[in-house]
Amino acid sequence: MIFQKYAAPKYFYPLAGKCLPWFAWLSMIALTIGLYLGLFVAPPDYQQGETVRIMFVHVPAAWMSMFVYALMAGAAAIGLVWKIKLTDTFIAASAPIGASFTLLALLTGSLWGKPMWGAWWVWDARLTSELILLFLYLGFMSLQSAIDDPRRAARAGAVLLLIGVINLPVIHYSVEWWNTLHQPASVARVDGPRIHSSILTPLLVMAIAFKLFFVNVVLIRMRSAILDNEADSRWLKEQGA
Amino acid sequence: MSHSLGLFAAWRRILKRELLLAYRQRNDILTPLIFFIIVISLFPLGIGPEPDTLRLIAPGVIWVAALLATLLSLSRLFNNELHDGTLEQLLLTPQPASVLVFAKITAHWLTTGLPLVLISPLLALSLDMSSTALTYTMLTLLLGTPILSLIGAVGAALTLGLRGGGVLLALLILPLYIPVLIFATGAIIAVSNSYSAEGHLSLISAYLIITLIFAPWVSSYALRISLD
Repeated sequence: MIFQKYAAPKYFYPLAGKCLPWFAWLSMIALTIGLYLGLFVAPPDYQQGETVRIMFVHVPAAWMSMFVYALMAGAAAIGLVWKIKLTDTFIAASAPIGASFTLLALLTGSLWGKPMWGAWWVWDARLTSELILLFLYLGFMSLQSAIDDPRRAARAGAVLLLIGVINLPVIHYSVEWWNTLHQPASVARVDGPRIHSSILTPLLVMAIAFKLFFVNVVLIRMRSAILDNEADSRWLKEQGA
Repeated sequence: MSHSLGLFAAWRRILKRELLLAYRQRNDILTPLIFFIIVISLFPLGIGPEPDTLRLIAPGVIWVAALLATLLSLSRLFNNELHDGTLEQLLLTPQPASVLVFAKITAHWLTTGLPLVLISPLLALSLDMSSTALTYTMLTLLLGTPILSLIGAVGAALTLGLRGGGVLLALLILPLYIPVLIFATGAIIAVSNSYSAEGHLSLISAYLIITLIFAPWVSSYALRISLD
């Protein structure tokens, strides 16, 4: 299998190095197009006015916050079953990025909430779930930094991630049930999206841009983590890094 | 193996040992209980003595205090056994570790959760709760505190022997306690407004069953990771 080879840091490191410029350029281009479409082309909302444009950052950031957590949990399961070291590197590299997306979603939500709901913070169901997701990220990161042995840190973190990902839907629905003020989901619906394409297109472009950006940053962080872990290994010295 | 104990006998023996130890160190049972009472008495002092306000916040106050009291007691779940080496011996026994961990969780609930359930009517009265709200406070605590012990055991196993373990444990476990808090206080608020609390109670029970099945197994796995 050609893919298994790249689970070894020795082969992954140069591959990631080759991919990096591509992801960097693609995410820059997608971000530029997305922001242009979102800030200049998309029409202001007839109710929300120009503030609706915050959504082009807020919604993709919120998507990413959950997507990254799901990716980390998936990697944790793979890591626990097949004992691949690279998944640990991936998880440790992703956690701060996921937490940042969560924080970004919360901050932009708060900025949007002030003119719309008249308050910086409301205890709305989806905002609260997002806040709890931030707590889960922070708990995971503190557990990782409290454990000195890297193997124990990776395995304990993986267990915590899996518990978190099982609990996330329970938390989400319990909070949703508890209070709902946020507008219901309008993109991911069975009967197709409910918003006009002039808004949907920049939204999707921004979502793709955020994903590319995530891959870009994760590759950089994984490469530096590999350099840190494998500082004494022979293949690194041979590459002259 | 003919000389090895059956599962139930092993569970009972560990439970007996834990209860005996708890009886000999009665302070360990009393401390979370007194903490529970003190935290609840702080709220009227901070908010004011109006019975209407107190009745409104009572379910949340009692439940948050119960979460914190459980959290406070979790560190003793595995720590003593870790330091005197018993924990490693327990994991080496031929019986599945999850059964033995389950016995420890049962003992933890009997010595922490159950006292909270039993003292809660007094505190509910002090916050001017109605008699139906009081009954449902006890009922939700009876269904909910085992969940707190079960999920808490996983957290205690993951943070075993780490520096800053107590605060770290709170950070890991409190977000996972949120559904219990929501369903339990939801049930009490529903009956106070003369609605049915059946849905909330069913959800707490479902959560209890799921944690009963998975938590002992996951926490014994986490113990193995921590002791490796």
